Amino acid sequence: MYDNSMKIEFISKSQNESFARVAVASFASQLDPTVEELADVKTAVSEAVTNSIIHGYENKEGVVKIEAFIKEKELTLIVEDQGVGIENIELARQPLYTSRPDLERSGMGFTVMETFMDYLKIESEKNKGTRLTMKKVFNSLS
Amino acid sequence: MNLEFNVKNNKLIVYMRGELDHHSAEEVRNKIDDRLDREGLNKLIMDFSGVSFMDSSGIGVVIGRYKKLNARNGSVCIVGAINSVKRVFELSGMFKIIGLYDSIPEAVENI
Repeated sequence: MYDNSMKIEFISKSQNESFARVAVASFASQLDPTVEELADVKTAVSEAVTNSIIHGYENKEGVVKIEAFIKEKELTLIVEDQGVGIENIELARQPLYTSRPDLERSGMGFTVMETFMDYLKIESEKNKGTRLTMKKVFNSLS
Repeated sequence: MNLEFNVKNNKLIVYMRGELDHHSAEEVRNKIDDRLDREGLNKLIMDFSGVSFMDSSGIGVVIGRYKKLNARNGSVCIVGAINSVKRVFELSGMFKIIGLYDSIPEAVENI
């Protein structure tokens, strides 16, 4: 069904944020993305993984899972954690909203993901975890 | 993230090099605040030209310094962000309150 796919799992340590975005960018590079498209993907991955670490696992140890699929020019990313979940998804999606104002967070995570990717779906259940699905079509390939 | 500091006309200039994400943000925040407090300065110029990657954690760092210095009648501005970094900042609407300059001399003169 897919032309290619990969899966990585890592512990929810902030050091792994750069690992995650570089791993996904490296996988996506087979689609010949532009510098800008690749930066978009890296930023979206960074936001998703940071959310899992800070909010999902509240800085306690857990596992973050990323799956990536390529179908023709489209990259699909799934970022999943088994953390506390998001109580109010609509509220969390609002620009500038943060559940942790004490952390000097900007509340722009989901806005970044929505803007830089073509599609974002958020599925979350309290105390079960959160699963994000993002898609982006790379137009650079001719 | 590598930081270098310089003071010009009582304005703290911080040259940032590397990737600014949630992991590096705390160190950046602490080092800048420490320097501002130690030298008793209320104006900050953040040179982003060496920042190769930034996510929304960077917005938090800049707005956080803005709030802190605003309370001391000071200000913050940004110099030389690359395109991908600028696009993240633009999403937040931050440039309505925080100046963006092309060069350090221009920032020193205007802030």
